Amino acid sequence: MFDSSFIERIKKEKKEWQEDIPKNIFEKTNSSSIPIKLIYTPADINHLDYENLGFPGNYPFTRGVHKTMYRGRPWTMRQFSGFGTAKQTNQRYKYLLSEGETGLSVAFDFPTLKGYDSDDPISLGEVGVCGVAIDTLQDMELLFEGIPLDKVTTSMTINAPTPILFSMYLAVAEEQGISWDQVGGTVQNDALKEFIAQKSFIFPPEPSVKLVIDVIEFCTKNVPRWNPVSISGYHIREAGATAAQELAFTLSDGLTYVSKTIERGLDVDAFAPRLSLFFCAHNDFFEEIAKFRAARRMWARFMKERFGATNERSLWMRFHTQTSGVALTAQQPENNIVRVALQALSAVLGGTQSLHTNSFDEAWQLPSEKAVTIALRTQQIIANESSVTSTIDPLAGSYYIEWLTDKIEEEAMKYIDRIDNMGGMIEAIKKGYPQREIANSAYEFQKEVDNKKQIIVGINQFKDEQEELEIPRFKVDPEVEKTQLKKLKQIKENRNHEKVLRYLNELKKATERDENIIPYVVNSVKAYATLGEIISILKEVYGVWREERVFA
Amino acid sequence: MNVEALIDGLFKGDIISTTRLISLIENDFLKAEEISRRIYPHTGNAHVVGITGPPGVGKSSLVNKLALGWNKRGKKIGIIAVDPSSPYSGGALLGDRIRMREITGIEGIFIRSMATRGSLGGLARATRDAINILDASGMYDVVIVETVGAGQSEVEIMRVAKTVVMVLCPGLGDEIQAMKAGAMEIADIFAVNKADKPEAIETVNDLERMLDYEGLNEGKAGWMPSIVSTSSTMNTGIDELVNKIEEHQEFLANMTSEEFHEKRAAMELIDTLITKIENEAIKKAKESPVYNELIKKIVEKRIDPYQAADIILKEYMQSSR
Amino acid sequence: MEFGERNACLLEELIMKRIKVLVAKPGLDGHDRGAKVICRALRDAGMEVVYSGLEQTPEQIVNAAIQEDADVIGLSILSGAHRAILPTVTKLLSEKGITDVLVIVGGIIPTDDHLFLKQHGIAAIFGPGTPLKNAVEYIRENVSKDRVH
Repeated sequence: MFDSSFIERIKKEKKEWQEDIPKNIFEKTNSSSIPIKLIYTPADINHLDYENLGFPGNYPFTRGVHKTMYRGRPWTMRQFSGFGTAKQTNQRYKYLLSEGETGLSVAFDFPTLKGYDSDDPISLGEVGVCGVAIDTLQDMELLFEGIPLDKVTTSMTINAPTPILFSMYLAVAEEQGISWDQVGGTVQNDALKEFIAQKSFIFPPEPSVKLVIDVIEFCTKNVPRWNPVSISGYHIREAGATAAQELAFTLSDGLTYVSKTIERGLDVDAFAPRLSLFFCAHNDFFEEIAKFRAARRMWARFMKERFGATNERSLWMRFHTQTSGVALTAQQPENNIVRVALQALSAVLGGTQSLHTNSFDEAWQLPSEKAVTIALRTQQIIANESSVTSTIDPLAGSYYIEWLTDKIEEEAMKYIDRIDNMGGMIEAIKKGYPQREIANSAYEFQKEVDNKKQIIVGINQFKDEQEELEIPRFKVDPEVEKTQLKKLKQIKENRNHEKVLRYLNELKKATERDENIIPYVVNSVKAYATLGEIISILKEVYGVWREERVFA
Repeated sequence: MNVEALIDGLFKGDIISTTRLISLIENDFLKAEEISRRIYPHTGNAHVVGITGPPGVGKSSLVNKLALGWNKRGKKIGIIAVDPSSPYSGGALLGDRIRMREITGIEGIFIRSMATRGSLGGLARATRDAINILDASGMYDVVIVETVGAGQSEVEIMRVAKTVVMVLCPGLGDEIQAMKAGAMEIADIFAVNKADKPEAIETVNDLERMLDYEGLNEGKAGWMPSIVSTSSTMNTGIDELVNKIEEHQEFLANMTSEEFHEKRAAMELIDTLITKIENEAIKKAKESPVYNELIKKIVEKRIDPYQAADIILKEYMQSSR
Repeated sequence: MEFGERNACLLEELIMKRIKVLVAKPGLDGHDRGAKVICRALRDAGMEVVYSGLEQTPEQIVNAAIQEDADVIGLSILSGAHRAILPTVTKLLSEKGITDVLVIVGGIIPTDDHLFLKQHGIAAIFGPGTPLKNAVEYIRENVSKDRVH
């Protein structure tokens, strides 16, 4: 990139410049164990080829997937929320939309995430606590009451039970008189990362992946504006992975879904444009930006070289970002506003398509209205006041950023190669490989915090000794569980039993025949079969998965 | 802790008494002897099955399925699962139980995790005693012992179990070759797990060849080591394995050779004697007035460890006169 | 033994009684980063740890604690369902006549609920930001002396 005599001169000058700097200043590795230099110079990016960066909207998209990026359209401000009953969450959604949120994001409660109805004994104490409780189509109807599904896009954070919740959403759209090709949004539907990190899996890996592909196939044919999967790194990172691991495991998951869908018989360019990803924005400001840029480049390259995609849109790595929850503290919670702002900024400088900012009380409870408003304002201030959006990929050309982008790509590729050699992500998961890597990173990190190698303000330094930690209880109405149970009982009494049984039976047969089950699920939910009933059918055929390879 | 009351409870089938006795026998050498004295005459009811094999073959999942298989036949199962203690911290992550989640909580199945605590050979120090407790209670038809699973060095199990099942799986290839002597010789039954994998048939063939070849089927008092293909994920071959184990049990029961039983008793005697001596030795060493001095001398290389040991031994012999 | 001290244990240290801890995640919450980290920390501190995994019911937890004769039960819960689930665990323990097991909780527990939990048999609650060594020291100091002699 530069004249070689210029580089030689720079190298020499740097050496002289470094001479009187104490040796201990040099030793620094970041959280991905990448050694970070004191200073970066043109010598560090001399190998850089603009071809390997590309203009925004051009292969390999390191600088961005769209030509105009934020000047053309700001990122979507999409705050993840849900709690209590569908009716209560509906109100929160209307509030957020009125305050300027541009897309909806649904948080379901634990029973729903794991496929249990609110009246299942194991759901005791958990109904509506960590998200909204959805048992039947009726709950979905209440959730989106008064919200036009052709004007608003919705992201649903659901995994194993995706076929059911997605079918319910489609049914509600139909009821609103909207045809499926008008409906837009995302379902997370990322089974592999459940085994690796989030652990809300239900079925074993192979059938879980089969269901993921069912949704991709169904959307490609019938719901073209929908993103059928959000290949997620957020949870992997939150479970303890380093940035390089987050990048590697997420892409590996994605590669698995792409190859399985191609095996199903779909043409890569038919479905790839709708694949989206989901990353974490953690604390290491520049590493995160480098990670997003590397992700774009790596994804484009895999899609082109490994899968032969020719449609440009197949090569775009479009992603949603959430600021890191695990990085927030319960102590001195107002500090979290600052943390979130910095993390959000890194996501914007990294070119995210949509962003969720955490609320400052996140370490205690589900966010209060005040807290979630500040979180939203954080995004609005970055978008409207900071001017970072004036130019695309403003940090390109920075000696550090370009070097780090290459480096993190290199580190991530080591993991991806290892996983490829194991026979792919499904095999790696069965061997416990990513789970172990993450548990090790998590433990190392905690030790660093305890040893004060990593400082966390308010935790191991700059503590408020007088602080009395008062974690308030988020006022989820204790009546929620009762209300939900009553509602569920009524539905079960009033629905057409014969119809439900018939559709469930057809679903079971279709599952056994290895067909795409979505149409059968749609019929079942329309007849008001419950989430738990449908999941039970699938459990009968697929069995359940119990995590076993924990430490070895 | 009233040992008498616990032993009473043990014979009555009380789980809490059982489990507390196992703890005592693990932790308290004096009480361990008292307990052993009382319960040993009552042992001999349960068939002790050892499950061993290299890491990653699926021992715990197989134990899980075996226990289920027996449970379906109305049998009661006690399981002792061994995991290694860290030689640095002395602590342990006992990770077998989590792989037996299908059976935890089932009436008639008892699972106890034990750490090796410095014992080499694949078992915990107190495993034999723990087996005796479960056996003596009369509550269990079969006691399954799952070894650490490090592979080659795990021959201890054969001294403690009546039937040894060696679990292998496809893809081990070289490992089978490497395990020719020692670990391979102790197995009465080979279970080739992960039979659902296409390469499994090769593993079975490799094994058969090796068994014919090496004359490994001699010296096992006339029993021919058998091979069973299993898959804990697909739940196949489990009934065959249970049947094979029971066949072996039959075979042993019909062996009237005094020599066989006496040999096992001799093993048990010597093992226990060595344990007692070890415990005594440590105690005496620590109690010796010259202990610290000897340590210093060893560090400074003014004396070698044998000489130091001799000095302590002489002290011990003099004091016990 | 502190974390990171890399000297091999003496034989008498290896064979001695270790504090036995059962770590479990009751309920549907699958966030197990903390539970796994604490398992490693306890093991590095010289304890014997049984991790019984996710989605454990109170009955399963107590059953495992009994069979393993655990000295300590560590429960990790972040889902907010603690009021419903945790007292059931301690109740089952006392129904079985077990009174000397230390039951501690880690996770996100609102301050308002601390007293309630303590009244229901929970000995200590370790919230977000707790250094690992606090939990380790607490266990060492508070585990039943009868169990550990």
